Amino acid sequence: MLKKISKIPFSGTPEQEEQLRACINESKHDKHLLMTVMQKAQDIYGYLPFEVQKMIAEGMDVPLEKVYGVSTFYAQFALSPKGKYNISVCLGTACYVKGSQQVLDKICEILGIEPGECTMDGKFSIEECRCVGACGLAPVFTVNEDVYGRVKPEEVAGILAKYN
Amino acid sequence: MEMVNIKINGTPLSVPNGISILEAARYAGIEIPTLCYLKDINEIGACRICVVEVKGARSLVTACVYPVNEGMEVFTNTEKVRKSRRHTLELVLSNHRKECLSCVRSGNCELQKLCKDYGVADADYFKGAMPAFTFDDSAAHMIRDNSKCVLCRRCVAACNEQGLGIIGANARGFDTQISCAFEKNLADVSCVSCGQCIVHCPTGALKEKDDTDKVIAAINDPEKFVVVQTAPSIRVTLGECFGNPVGTNVEGKMVAALRRLGFDKVFDTDFAADLTILEESNELLERITKGGTLPMITSCSPGWIKYCEYYYPDQLDHLSTCKSPQQMFGATVKTWYAKKMGIENIVVVSIMPCTAKKFEVGRDDQNAAGVADVDIALTTRELGRLIDGAGIRFNDLEDEKFDELLGESTGAAVIFGTTGGVMEAALRTAVEKLTGETLAALEFTDVRGLEGVKEASYEVAGLTVKVAIASGLKNAKIIMDKVRAGEADYQFIEIMCCPGGCINGGGQPVQPAVEHNFGNLAAKRAAALYAQDEAMPLRKSHDSPAVKAAYEEFFGEPGSHTAHEVLHTSYVARPMYK
Repeated sequence: MLKKISKIPFSGTPEQEEQLRACINESKHDKHLLMTVMQKAQDIYGYLPFEVQKMIAEGMDVPLEKVYGVSTFYAQFALSPKGKYNISVCLGTACYVKGSQQVLDKICEILGIEPGECTMDGKFSIEECRCVGACGLAPVFTVNEDVYGRVKPEEVAGILAKYN
Repeated sequence: MEMVNIKINGTPLSVPNGISILEAARYAGIEIPTLCYLKDINEIGACRICVVEVKGARSLVTACVYPVNEGMEVFTNTEKVRKSRRHTLELVLSNHRKECLSCVRSGNCELQKLCKDYGVADADYFKGAMPAFTFDDSAAHMIRDNSKCVLCRRCVAACNEQGLGIIGANARGFDTQISCAFEKNLADVSCVSCGQCIVHCPTGALKEKDDTDKVIAAINDPEKFVVVQTAPSIRVTLGECFGNPVGTNVEGKMVAALRRLGFDKVFDTDFAADLTILEESNELLERITKGGTLPMITSCSPGWIKYCEYYYPDQLDHLSTCKSPQQMFGATVKTWYAKKMGIENIVVVSIMPCTAKKFEVGRDDQNAAGVADVDIALTTRELGRLIDGAGIRFNDLEDEKFDELLGESTGAAVIFGTTGGVMEAALRTAVEKLTGETLAALEFTDVRGLEGVKEASYEVAGLTVKVAIASGLKNAKIIMDKVRAGEADYQFIEIMCCPGGCINGGGQPVQPAVEHNFGNLAAKRAAALYAQDEAMPLRKSHDSPAVKAAYEEFFGEPGSHTAHEVLHTSYVARPMYK
């Protein structure tokens, strides 16, 4: 899957930057620690936008492309922030057979974004997942900690309307 | 050196322990085919073309990274090996845009040659899905067309070797593509336009922006007076486009071919190289005597200039304000020459070893006569195609001479094409100026050779002149970090963007990887330039009659007001990303 690069304006705080710089200073003596720094950066910011990757590249003295290459190779790194409500749609075998793709398509259609993206207002983000361990409720999706089972596409709008 | 006994295809050999099977096979006169391998800079064993059978090994091994050991028996051309290579090629072709009839690399494409060698009869054997490939024509100098990329990563290695690393493999699996950070366009990142990626690409995925049509249109326009200039190094590389061995000097045939293409005047950038030396040595002596910024650094190489503007924007004062020879030439033609000859509507075309020259012609503050100093910059490769397209039998041409005046030059100018050449040319003039005596020996051998960083120091008229030379931007960085730290006690530094200088430029004929790996490409090309220098009657820039005439009739003195207006320029700090 190609990762979507967020178009949401970067809104990092000075505190976050201070945390990241401290972490870079601890690791910049060894370029092999790039991934460790990236993981910590993701812990701090929730994702790795251009501004954050640039700070890492300059701090670690590696080309920005190197940081970006790593961030697009490993599934653990995100280029888009998570929304206030993160929707996770199960595409595991049972849910898929029960029509979770149609549910996902409906969510995407309503929110106007694709999996891996976040709405411009920062409210919703969508991700695909593989099995939440509730196959009996297939098809399943979650909104943060809330679980919705046996969902039909036409019910999606009503569910999303609950979140503000 | 510890030697081991091995057998390659049954031939017993004694080879150094630990070298790769690929290198060992060369001792047996066998070239194992490769696609991704570049000696020292891309030894990744990724493409699987170089696979061979090793007795006792469970599977085929990649010869480029597999070391030899005592008693090893290798088979490089068995049915199993050939079948595997063919299979790999069929897979590579499964998502390759096969535009081979008109592809710019048709005829010297390494993928095409392998397919021919291994009898890949059905190019669509594994016809598969085509990902959404990146096509990037944003840069002034080149095009990246990933639909012809084989993911060998040779361009990435070349870019890393320049210390830039602005391209790399992004995403993973079937989605993997070579691109810039955040999928930015090449024009929006700190690409210096050196073109080293292009000369290392095995296929047509990377190519210069072709400007040959513009040249043909200008030549066919009766209103236009089209002048061509040829860079120092291209006379020793153009021949490669027509099957001549690396290092063949084809200056005479090149001039003849340019005349047959219909240029109104065939001139030599070497004239402007001599002019550069006078302006630059004057600037250096002024900086030394008047306390200007030192060390002063050469400004002939537009890739280097762009690099400095991106990576050392705080050090731009060190750059000589002299335009590059290409631009000095254009500026002189459109001012002095145009006036002297009473010609208007001049188009200046340059033939350059360089893709960054395509960027340079569009730079600001390069328009002495109110219009661009140089209109069109072609690479050596484009000239090769222009000659082929015109049906000119290049190798059968009789040698001809450059046109008078701006075709005149010295040996000092010819060696501009290789690392250390500008320095040597400058020393020949500066030393004579400082001492007022004629130099006994013209060769400054300390500054010659292909090492990435060279230093030398000379006692001249009671003055210690300390110089440094770097080629390849990785080496430029070593020098520039010293300059930035205030630890560089040189007066004069020569920096060329490409490793080895212009002879190895990004616009030069593309040679297969084996020439880069084992062929001494740069050394052979450089040797041809030094041979020409040695054979020339005039070997010091200040002896050039054309340069003398230019100063007498137009510029006055080096560094004069007119010279500054026409021959000097300025630089700008550039942001790394847009």
